[in-house]
Amino acid sequence: MKIFKLLLAVLGWVLSSRARADYTLNLTEGVTKLSHDVHDLHMLILWICVGIGILVYSLLIYSIIHHRKSKGVVPAQFHENTKLEILWTVIPFLILLSMAIPATKVMIEIYNSDTMPGPTDLTVKVTGYQWKWRYEYLGEGIDFFSNLDAKSNEARQLGANIDPAKVDNYLLNVDNPLVIPVNKKIRFLFTGADVIHSWWVPDFGWKKDTIPGFITDGWVKVEKPGIYRGQCTELCGRDHAFMPIVVIAKPEAEYQQWLAEQKSKGEAATAQAKAEAVKTFTKDELIAKGQEVYNANCASCHQPNGEGIPGAFPAITNSPVVNGPIEEHARLVLKGKGQLMPPFEAVLKPAEIAAVVTYQRNALGNSKGDLIQPAELPAQN
Amino acid sequence: MSAAAATHDEHHDHGPARGLMRWVFTTNHKDIGTLYLITALIMFMVGGAMALVIRAELFQPGLQLVDPMFFNSMATLHALIMIFGGVMPAFTGLANWMIPIMIGAPDMALPRLNNWSFWLLPFGFVLLASTLFMEGGGPAAGWTMYPPLVLQTGAALPFTIFSIHILGISSILASINIIVTVFNMRAPGMSLMKLPLFVWTWIITAFLMIAIMPVLAGTVTMLLTDKFFGTSFFNAAGGGDPVLYQHLFWFFGHPEVYVLILPSFGVISQVIPTFARKPLFGYSSMVYATASIGFLSFIVWAHHQYTVGMPIEGELFFTYATMLIAVPTGVKVFNWVSTMWKGAMTFETPMLFAIAFVVLFTMGGFTGLMMSISPADLQYHDTYFIVAHFHYVLVPGAVFALFAATYYWLPKWTGRMYDERLGQLHFWLTAISVNVTFFPQHFLGLAGMPRRIADYAVQFAEFNAWSTVGAFVFGFAQLIFVYVIIKAIRGEGEKANDEVWEGAREHGLEWTLPSPPPYHTWETAPEIH
Repeated sequence: MKIFKLLLAVLGWVLSSRARADYTLNLTEGVTKLSHDVHDLHMLILWICVGIGILVYSLLIYSIIHHRKSKGVVPAQFHENTKLEILWTVIPFLILLSMAIPATKVMIEIYNSDTMPGPTDLTVKVTGYQWKWRYEYLGEGIDFFSNLDAKSNEARQLGANIDPAKVDNYLLNVDNPLVIPVNKKIRFLFTGADVIHSWWVPDFGWKKDTIPGFITDGWVKVEKPGIYRGQCTELCGRDHAFMPIVVIAKPEAEYQQWLAEQKSKGEAATAQAKAEAVKTFTKDELIAKGQEVYNANCASCHQPNGEGIPGAFPAITNSPVVNGPIEEHARLVLKGKGQLMPPFEAVLKPAEIAAVVTYQRNALGNSKGDLIQPAELPAQN
Repeated sequence: MSAAAATHDEHHDHGPARGLMRWVFTTNHKDIGTLYLITALIMFMVGGAMALVIRAELFQPGLQLVDPMFFNSMATLHALIMIFGGVMPAFTGLANWMIPIMIGAPDMALPRLNNWSFWLLPFGFVLLASTLFMEGGGPAAGWTMYPPLVLQTGAALPFTIFSIHILGISSILASINIIVTVFNMRAPGMSLMKLPLFVWTWIITAFLMIAIMPVLAGTVTMLLTDKFFGTSFFNAAGGGDPVLYQHLFWFFGHPEVYVLILPSFGVISQVIPTFARKPLFGYSSMVYATASIGFLSFIVWAHHQYTVGMPIEGELFFTYATMLIAVPTGVKVFNWVSTMWKGAMTFETPMLFAIAFVVLFTMGGFTGLMMSISPADLQYHDTYFIVAHFHYVLVPGAVFALFAATYYWLPKWTGRMYDERLGQLHFWLTAISVNVTFFPQHFLGLAGMPRRIADYAVQFAEFNAWSTVGAFVFGFAQLIFVYVIIKAIRGEGEKANDEVWEGAREHGLEWTLPSPPPYHTWETAPEIH
């Protein structure tokens, strides 16, 4: 009885005290023609299954109610019926055909981007990193990373004591969303930088794995402006749950405006990077900048305190590399090592590399004392 | 005279040896069956405790209890332990106990091998469990162990791989033993088409295991050489392909799920006729359906990989092949329903679990059919929809079949009737809580919650809370099951007669033996009519 009361209390708590967010029961219809077709296909097969289920379960329930010993039934002894057995092999086969045909049509549509009128309007290369996304607008010179937004990131820490319900779009918000124009055919090229991730926005009707060393693709033509959210769906390590996807679809004019802003921002950033690449920093400047770079790019594997994960990720603290020649240290960061340490020359600017190398040698339990300027980095290429 | 008496005595002995050494050195199929079953029960508890850690963390959004890395470890080990430690050894235990008795053989064909294949298991599991205490924590890349992620595992990687090797060897040896026993040791007159369905499903399972376990062993060894010996099987930068691993793994992995479910089909096909007091409907079509499922299981593997970017021909081939499995599976369900049709049913605990199996396994079959359709699976893939699907086929599927089998044969094994009231309580708590746990996960998946995440967005909070409540009720309800078994083993409860279930004599040789059966049975082969 006590257990029962406890259960009731738990159920009552579940029912009453939670902040009620909107929840859905069914697959989204989405905002592309493909997602509508996938949704219709889903509903078709769902209803066929429900129909078969009702038939099988009614026979079962009828039998359980009527064919029981307590009703004094004398058991029949039949044990085969060839006609019946052929029938219930052939009919399911026909039902399967009725699902396979529309399924094939939708699959062909997904693969055959030629059915879309006109050529591709925009190609975006999507790269999965542990644990963020990188978006490159090919031919537009736009290239940025998209991380979990700061508020979610704060609230999701173990023991953070922040109510997730009070965070705007908890775990489904990013710092830099992907922006695309509506009613344009957009092609995505996917690859992975470190491990396999999977890029999924339910409203687009599909997901695709991002595989290191390989390129996969997919396309969308979004019908209406809006903000569409998704997540990584392939287990990719510790922070798999914390690399959301946000896509903002804008009308053409607004998109062009955004594009122009990004380009001028990008040009400014490039100019700044160029200037910084030859600038001479003080040691304190390098260490301060390096700490930011370290926390954003290195800490997820080598850990915030630099102790690494024994057996998996080497420690920075007391590392022979960090305490060895500074050029070798910088080269390792630039070029990467093996399958797990990515070449950061593709990701970070020279000033950032110089800063993070200097930071690692003078913090995290190391006190090597030296520093490296961006201009002194080993030759790239 | 005295010489004659001595020979006579030698023929007689044959109670078990005493003490611990009985279990270490035993070559008796009943003892080894018991060892397997007890190991499996312990592993269910360990794997279940891990599931409760997962569900506790997922009770509310936000991280409250564990680091995501430990969460991933729990998800990985929960799967490995439930599959290799729970379901597989449990069915091997049933096979050891029941197959020789059912086919009228005195023991398994290779008794010493039998002893070894069991005793490999505890070492394999200790090795696997020890990884939790190693540098870098336990394996955390999921039970599928996809590279490159799995190569980030710390010291645990080689130990996990070696334990998979050991468990694989054990499975192969047990399978060889079962095949040799069934093909060589049947009582005269026990033709193949007279074999009880449980034996048939096990033969097909054993062939599947012999075919796939070496593939798994080879594949994980390639991981080992990629990590430690500089090979690049799965590293694109070295000319390899990470997706190759997935093809190899699922070539093992898909037949593996039938390894888990085919013996369950066998158990259900034993239990339903007994309690319907009617012969199994469509015996030969059951055999052919099982064989068809076994065959099809080898040509559907890439339906686990619809999102890796296969060519459309691949997507469609695997879609059609996978959909075809619904035909033989449907035949089985229809046969079970027809067996019950116009029977005279009673609803003791084994029958309750068997009926729940038919209902809920069919649910899992429907979602399986939905996911076979590749364009729709591009949405379902790697969400909670698949989590709901495979738990429906494995928990109220394989595990309910194990419950049914235990309640069905426990009186035969121990000579005592289990406590029917507790059995019914166990059934109802389990059957309700399993649905509270897993049914809402369908909604979570359709609404967009990915699997294997330690924390989730707030719109998923509702159903996750339900799921966690269900999981805890389910977990603690299993203590009733353990108590029921302990009671029967300790000889408490009403004595069981030979037949145990009314009219069971018609349904298998095991019911013609005393309850419990003597240490050695069928030293003289029974006559089969």
